[in-house]
Amino acid sequence: MLTSKDNAPASAQFRRQRWSKSKRKDFLQSVAFLTPSVLGVLLFFVVPFGIVIYYSFISGSSDGEFVFLDNYKELFHNYAFRTAAKNTATFSLMAVPLAVILGLALALLLEARIPGKSMFRTFFLSPMMVPVASVVLVWQVIFHQSGTLNQVLSVFGVEAIDWLNSPYCQLVVVLLFLWKNLGYNMILFMAALANIPKELLEVADVEGASAAHKFFHIKLRYLSPTVLFVTILSMINSFKVFREVFLLAGSYPYEGLYTLQHFMNNTFVSLNYQKLSAAAVLLALVMIVLIALLFKAEDLFGKDVEG
Amino acid sequence: MKRTKALVRKCFLTFVSALFAISFLMPTVLTISNSFMTQAEIKANYGSVFAAAEAGKTYISESVNLKFIPDKVSLSQYITTFIKSPEYLLKFWNSVILVVPIVLLQVSVAAVASYGFSRWRGKVRDSIFFFYVILMLMPYQVTLVPNYLVSDWLGLLNTRWAIIFPGAFAPFSVFLLTKFMRRIPVSQIEAAKLDGSSEWQIFTRIYLPQCRSALYSIAILVFIDYWNMVEQPLILLNDTELQPLSVYLSSINAGEIGLAFAVATIYMIPSLLLFLHGEEYLVEGIAQSGSVKG
Repeated sequence: MLTSKDNAPASAQFRRQRWSKSKRKDFLQSVAFLTPSVLGVLLFFVVPFGIVIYYSFISGSSDGEFVFLDNYKELFHNYAFRTAAKNTATFSLMAVPLAVILGLALALLLEARIPGKSMFRTFFLSPMMVPVASVVLVWQVIFHQSGTLNQVLSVFGVEAIDWLNSPYCQLVVVLLFLWKNLGYNMILFMAALANIPKELLEVADVEGASAAHKFFHIKLRYLSPTVLFVTILSMINSFKVFREVFLLAGSYPYEGLYTLQHFMNNTFVSLNYQKLSAAAVLLALVMIVLIALLFKAEDLFGKDVEG
Repeated sequence: MKRTKALVRKCFLTFVSALFAISFLMPTVLTISNSFMTQAEIKANYGSVFAAAEAGKTYISESVNLKFIPDKVSLSQYITTFIKSPEYLLKFWNSVILVVPIVLLQVSVAAVASYGFSRWRGKVRDSIFFFYVILMLMPYQVTLVPNYLVSDWLGLLNTRWAIIFPGAFAPFSVFLLTKFMRRIPVSQIEAAKLDGSSEWQIFTRIYLPQCRSALYSIAILVFIDYWNMVEQPLILLNDTELQPLSVYLSSINAGEIGLAFAVATIYMIPSLLLFLHGEEYLVEGIAQSGSVKG
């Protein structure tokens, strides 16, 4: 587009001639509107990520030799990385289904005709407002060795557990994750529920369909794109919970809490850019696969509902 | 009979919702109510957790005491914060001058770009948009290294711009706003074109006014997200002088635990006000983010 007319390839010249004048004007105008954003994204995200991909293929020594997959191999043999990957995966496997099911349950609950609905909605969204540090403080007070939960449990004769340094540590973080994200998921489901054609549900009522039948055969069918979206979104948010875990338990927590994010943060601190780049590229690849699945699924289910 | 059953069901559902809702609100209430305790009371209630954490111990003998209602309502935390520890207010100001430019720039850049994405469709533009969605969904750990590298080259490390620039071009607002704009009927543009309006005029006079509520809801979402940021400043701003309160708040130690709740409450005020004032917009913004397709 920027090449001068003389040395432009013949095919491009031909295409340009075929472009009507208004089409060309459209194109230039759209470029003008998109340029600021696209330039910024290129400069701050795309180009540096290209460098990261490059780093992931070179050695850490000063000569920067091209080592192809060595960094990746090393990563797979690294105990910290494997622990981190395993913990992140188990955490997501626990937290994501719960975030979807409970988010939907809350949306259905607030769909029922009950008093105080809008107030409840406000309450469910309130975790978005609370500074991370206060959340962490509250969680520490509750789940500490001599914290509130243990005090309550001691009434029933349960022995005190240091929750964050026990095999239950991931559950503590799952609770934190749910507390933080359920409100958002609930809103997404409420919006989707509101979009289900009322006539369909009325017909089902007239025909005497049970609540369960209505839910599984009508609502869930219309909700399926949202279920998928919330699943992916929760998966992404499950990576963000590192922020809280880091503040809750520090850089080197109980092994069960050592996640990919810890690994990357600690590798960053030790300035091992090659290892870090390989980990970032791997994580990006996993995310791209997940996102591609989301798009595919939305295509599939979206058509089903619209049709 | 049927009516009693319905009533029982309604009561049950209300009870369950209320139970959940209140437990969700609990940390917010706790933070605010505890900010009116005296510093001595806070230390007596929670100090042991932090003293133990600092000494590297996990077990402590004294128990902590989660309390909602102060023994004596006092403003001592606030007074100390404002008079004796002005560094907190400085950090608060740091947050403001980081987050406000990010919100304004991100929304402005996004408004222009979204017009480009919604006004003209085509393979190239749709692919770029698709790429933006992927970028938006990437966790911060993926963009952390690239972010650091680019700030290093541009000499932005340890300056506020290292956080403001990537924030200004983050694709979240573009994604959401494009979805709003694509719903504006094309007929309006055609009418304006017949009247001889330029694209810029269509953008400023037709699109922007119709997107006012969308812009507001996006601004709230972006604000809340960046107001609580921790990772970016930790990595890009070594200088604690520049760090926002969201980071500093997390590093409060046992000695200052008495102030933690008041400072947290002060920090919550902007997002709380935005939330109470714009909850409907916020909800609409979230609802619109519910699918990746335009």
